[in-house]
Amino acid sequence: MQPLKQKAWRNDARAKVTGQAAYTDDLKLTGMLHAVPVYADHVHARIRRIATDEAGAMPGVVRVVTAGDCPGSVRFGQIRRDYPMLAEDRIRSHGDVVAVIVAETREVARAAAARVRVDAEELPALLDPDEAMKRSAALLHRSEGSNIVEHHKIRRGDIAEGFGASDFVLEEEFATQHVEHAYIEPESALCVPRADGVMEVHGSMQHPFSTRRFTAAMLGVALSEVEVRNVPVGGGFGGKDDTAAIVCARAALCARLTGRPVKMTYEREWSIRESYKRHPYRARYRMGVGKDGLIKAVEARIVADAGAYCSTTPFVTWRSAVQCCGPYRVDHVHGDVYGVYTNNVFTGAMRGFGSPQVNFFIEQLIDMAAERAGIDPIEFRRRNMLRQGDETITGQVLEGHTVGLGHVLDRIVDELGYADKFARCTRGRPRPAADGSGADEFYGVGLAMSYRGMSLGAEGMDFNAAIVNVQFDGSILLEAGVHENGQGAESTMILLLAEELGVRPERIRYRRSSTSTIPDGGPTVASRATLMGGSAVVDAARKLKGRIAEILAPRLGCAPEAVGFANDQIIGGAEPIGFGEAMVLLFFAKEFPHALGAFKAPDVDWDEATGTGRAYFTWVYGCQAVELTVNAKTGKVTLLGAAAAHDVGRAINPPMVLGQFYGGMAMGIGYALHEEVLLDGGRITNLNLDTYRIPRARDLPEMKGFIVENNDPNSLSGAKGVAEPTIELMAPAIANALYNATGKRYHRLPMKVEVAP
Amino acid sequence: MKLNVNGSPVDVDPAWQEETLLVYLREALDLTGAKSGCNKGACGSCTVLVDGAPRLGCKTLVKDVAGRSVVTIEGMAAADGTLHPLQQAFVDHGAIQCGFCTPGMVLRAHGLLLSRSRPTRIEIRKAISPNLCRCTGYQQIVDAIEAAADSYPPPQSEPGRSQ
Repeated sequence: MQPLKQKAWRNDARAKVTGQAAYTDDLKLTGMLHAVPVYADHVHARIRRIATDEAGAMPGVVRVVTAGDCPGSVRFGQIRRDYPMLAEDRIRSHGDVVAVIVAETREVARAAAARVRVDAEELPALLDPDEAMKRSAALLHRSEGSNIVEHHKIRRGDIAEGFGASDFVLEEEFATQHVEHAYIEPESALCVPRADGVMEVHGSMQHPFSTRRFTAAMLGVALSEVEVRNVPVGGGFGGKDDTAAIVCARAALCARLTGRPVKMTYEREWSIRESYKRHPYRARYRMGVGKDGLIKAVEARIVADAGAYCSTTPFVTWRSAVQCCGPYRVDHVHGDVYGVYTNNVFTGAMRGFGSPQVNFFIEQLIDMAAERAGIDPIEFRRRNMLRQGDETITGQVLEGHTVGLGHVLDRIVDELGYADKFARCTRGRPRPAADGSGADEFYGVGLAMSYRGMSLGAEGMDFNAAIVNVQFDGSILLEAGVHENGQGAESTMILLLAEELGVRPERIRYRRSSTSTIPDGGPTVASRATLMGGSAVVDAARKLKGRIAEILAPRLGCAPEAVGFANDQIIGGAEPIGFGEAMVLLFFAKEFPHALGAFKAPDVDWDEATGTGRAYFTWVYGCQAVELTVNAKTGKVTLLGAAAAHDVGRAINPPMVLGQFYGGMAMGIGYALHEEVLLDGGRITNLNLDTYRIPRARDLPEMKGFIVENNDPNSLSGAKGVAEPTIELMAPAIANALYNATGKRYHRLPMKVEVAP
Repeated sequence: MKLNVNGSPVDVDPAWQEETLLVYLREALDLTGAKSGCNKGACGSCTVLVDGAPRLGCKTLVKDVAGRSVVTIEGMAAADGTLHPLQQAFVDHGAIQCGFCTPGMVLRAHGLLLSRSRPTRIEIRKAISPNLCRCTGYQQIVDAIEAAADSYPPPQSEPGRSQ
């Protein structure tokens, strides 16, 4: 057993390990009603009538709510307002909700839901994005004028010139699947119509401000009339935005209409049926390579199935476009990434956000190109990878931070003894199994690497806030515009503040903030909490220290600039002052030890016509590898080990950084080998966790994580982020390992390994 | 009918006897540490101990555990609030992220360590496989259980292993 190097620090661990942490469905209020959604068994239909009389007449049913009851805008969305929170005249996907039953008990509400009759005229369903994007296809949203949600272009150099200079051209097609987030806690909301007129929302969601926008739109009220309060959330992974927010908005509408608190907790089947998924992609790539082992040109055409509604498809596909060539120098690129409306379940944000798909494509192409060129795949990567000062395919010069690709690649290669393992790969010629069973097996290792633009980039306004409110006894209240999704964001904020103020973290209480107390700092997505929220915390701490130093400098007998903060003391020329005592001195100086910190992301820019610009203000770099065997008779894949190296800038809470590594790798392994939302004519057939298989402990190998630290000057704390790079590399690493083992390429996810009989 | 829950006797109202143990614990006793993640026995978030063995609360009817002893996550720590060594190991090893699977996972591991002294990492992985975690990749959960194993006395009878 490895000795524990460093204990994890979390402000919420005790509550969670004792069962005291109260998630939304654990909350009960006097007079609380229960709401459940009503679906119609249609994939695409025109609604003639929703008959609610029978359901409404059942004893215990308080109200049946339909779109017509909505005082605000029933249609909303993060980017485009195309999502009917309650269906109006049309059903566009099997997850559309046509009504909500509000009843005294959940059982009554469920029973009544089965009595709602929907009279609808079935319409032909568009389920294939390639068909849906044809000009002749019927429009799913007439107002949009096209089923193409978004088309991002990358136009760099001259593609003909690039292919002309190539000695060989690879042409490959790939496809990926719909993936469910499978947070273990299904969506839940508890909404309370407060006496002051404010609608108070407690919900299992990861974006309180987005939830507030959805809810305020539904109710037709100003943002200040809705207060979304943070409660523990049982996982999000990008998946608790739109749908989770809409569940909150529906519960709020029910609470407004009945004047009573309303809880709406989803069953797993409803959650999987209705919530958005990771986009399935279809891709066609051409890669031109010279015999010098340099990539000359890449042409990529990628089509993403957006499903029935827009959600974040424009941003997801934008990241795919920016990162479509992986972390390599390519002078000639012609890339097209489309997001297309269909009648399938809608797709949106999921950890990785458009990168796991393109990495699955490009990192296999890199291995194929290396083999064709007769060059070791590591050496091929070294020749082509982006280095300090290089230009990305969007024309961004990588500068102002350490381009750590070489560091992460070296770390994996060295720590694993990768070259020896690579030499032992069976490449289609099985060896006697190492377990002595007498069976034959294939053996392989594979790796993949990536760069990833941090935070929102040119997607949106990127800034964040923090409030430090020191009490006159020296205890500290902190809040920031980040949300605790389980990743440990609050703990990170506390540790950063403790470091800046030179105090013990136990002195700091993270104030469970609400949308009414902290400014809207955007979503806790895009691996941006530590970078953006953390920088705001540091800014607040520095402002506060400046003020404290000014006031206490005379007493300390030094210049304000010489005042230091360490060991729970404020230090200068004279006797140090204890932190608590110092706050008493501030009280007598009539000074509030209070600061609002703010951090604005450095500028980015983007030209959509050419796909050029400074897409992200900083980048992270990662490399992952996997070692596996394949049973030569059964095709069973056994993962022997997996390892990851990520340059995170600076690790604030290393055990939780490693927790992100392992969790992302596990999710990546599920993506590679197990997980797929199965759709039959637009209806999901694996609606629970018995048939939608996420990895269990026995499915996973022992994992190793190597934290690489290159302090990033773009971040006030030096820290960047780590949530998403960890999920975007396992699928291509496993694909490359499978090839090195069996000699066969797998172009589709999840990879179903077949061995010749 | 009677039950013992976390060391205290409980008289079960007949109205609850046909309910699942999960619903009874959460709704009747306000013991909300056991969670509902799938209501189908697939995720293990509702795991509790019945006479020391892990059981899925969503697949167990109250009447089927009449007279038996149930331990939920609320019964793990000492009366003075001191965490059980297994709970402390989960905290120290970073085995907790969103925390939704944590109560069930702790009890699943507790059941293992009560019946098996110092299980191997592979045995731990196998034993906790009925319980899903989407955050951690299980790595630090296995670390925590392995570290906590030392604090358990050897079980009185342990099939399949000679001491």
